[in-house]
Amino acid sequence: MSAIKKLLGIVWILLAPTAVVLMFIQAFEKTSAAAEGIARTNTALQWGIILFIFIPISIGFTIFGFYSLKGEYDQEGMER
Amino acid sequence: MDTVEKKNSIIKVIGASSLGTLIEWYDFYIFGSLAGVIGKHLFPSDSGASALINTLAIFAAGFIVRPFGALVFGRLGDLIGRKYTFLLTLVLMGGSTFLIGLIPSYESIGYLAPILVLILRLVQGLALGGEYGGAATYVAEHAPIGRRGYFTSWIQTTATLGLFLSLGVIVLTQNLIGSEAFGAWGWRIPFLISILLVVVSIYIRMKMHESPQFTKLKTEGKVSKNPLKESFRNKTNFKMVLLALFGATMGQGVIWYTGQFYAQSFLENTCKLGFNDSRYILLWAIAMATPFFVIFGSWSDKVGRKWIMMTGMALGIIFYRPIYQHFLDSTDYKTLQKTELVSTGKSETKMELVKDSKDSLMTVKTPMVLKNGAKFIELQKTVISADGKKSKTEITQVDKELSSGNFWMFVALVFFQILLVTMVYGPIAAFLVELFPTKIRYTSMSLPYHIGNGVFGGLVPFIATLVASFPGSTPLSGLWYPIGVASLCLIIGTVYLSNKRHTKED
Repeated sequence: MSAIKKLLGIVWILLAPTAVVLMFIQAFEKTSAAAEGIARTNTALQWGIILFIFIPISIGFTIFGFYSLKGEYDQEGMER
Repeated sequence: MDTVEKKNSIIKVIGASSLGTLIEWYDFYIFGSLAGVIGKHLFPSDSGASALINTLAIFAAGFIVRPFGALVFGRLGDLIGRKYTFLLTLVLMGGSTFLIGLIPSYESIGYLAPILVLILRLVQGLALGGEYGGAATYVAEHAPIGRRGYFTSWIQTTATLGLFLSLGVIVLTQNLIGSEAFGAWGWRIPFLISILLVVVSIYIRMKMHESPQFTKLKTEGKVSKNPLKESFRNKTNFKMVLLALFGATMGQGVIWYTGQFYAQSFLENTCKLGFNDSRYILLWAIAMATPFFVIFGSWSDKVGRKWIMMTGMALGIIFYRPIYQHFLDSTDYKTLQKTELVSTGKSETKMELVKDSKDSLMTVKTPMVLKNGAKFIELQKTVISADGKKSKTEITQVDKELSSGNFWMFVALVFFQILLVTMVYGPIAAFLVELFPTKIRYTSMSLPYHIGNGVFGGLVPFIATLVASFPGSTPLSGLWYPIGVASLCLIIGTVYLSNKRHTKED
């Protein structure tokens, strides 16, 4: 189980920045596609809020992957 | 204290905590349920700056402010105690809800109306962020060892019952005073009623004592001096915060919001069910499923929390698509009317000018009935130009009513989804409480809960609708968001979480 946790740690480290890049691409595409004026500002605002929320979460996910890779979650019984 | 006294004491603790939390959820949901009506009165009819403020009010309070509330009030709860902190959150929530009901319309005070709504909505989000962790911690710290799942599961019923109460009060008020009066002024009643509920709850909570574990810490001088630093800068605790978020609460959040919000949104907006059918389905399903919060919470004391929560997520991943496919197929009246149509009512025709144009819009409404008793309105819309040329007629089916058999089938399918909610949500308060030490518990458990539930879960309707609007997508494509997040959480929870049961005090 310890090896699986470490291996998954690498997956989580790679997954987090990939998700952020995909979100930026979506944000750019959707904002550009919105009609000019208030609709575009509104779409940009919504995506801005989403990025503002998910970027710190992605950083947290990378740290989770890092801890996992370092074996921080290895001991049996991860609850205190 | 003898056994009977102890039992009475814990019942009072659960009652007082749950009532307050239920009211907070009620307050939070009525805004969402009445957002459309509020928009008409407190926002100008053009979609200029008001649309931005509206977006901020709904988005910001729901998704940004709740985790901040968890940090602010969690810190306070670990510093000064659980009792006074969640009294404060109750006052803030109840006060801001009551004030939303009193805000003059946009016509009276202009842009001050939407700005005040935004401020009060932010206060609501902050208060909710602080409330839940306090109530769950408070009850868990009163519960006997080995019964935390059972006792905290009563707190877990409050979010669903808050939604039930908000839907019930809205439907009842609207039926009592009529749709027109409700749209004009009656929508304020559910907001104003909140103050009565809050006053009763404050009175009850004032009589409560501080949690025994926090009192012990205080007496021994072991209260945390800086809960935020100890929660998030101490690696041992921080890695648990991350594990709680990615291994449990984010999956719980998407299962919760898919079963109770996306289901209703899908039935109303994608399947085009009428107002009453979509709400009554949810009300019945909630009423039947709510006892299972306590059943699964109690069961988790015996078999551990992990596998009950993971099973709930796994069943959601497997069954969401077949369930929603059934919703779509059963309400595809366009196809069914080709073979199943039995009667057509009298058509009504309406002509109106298209805004900023010389064209006219002709709308023909025809009530129809299918063989199985299902009803719907067929809408035919045709644009007629100034020179008399007609555009292609657009035909849609709206205000659909289900046949009796299908209605109960839909209730059963939504009930099943809420049953999954009870599996992931019933044991989670006890799980989170047991993950962190008493002195930083309020702060540490509140943040992953509100990111998981508020952010990952709260975004289900928005992201699912967005995904369903992508080119080449189907109405079911939106389900990939909750399925994806729940799958990720299931893998992490299965691999990293322990199912160890807590049999001694921390």
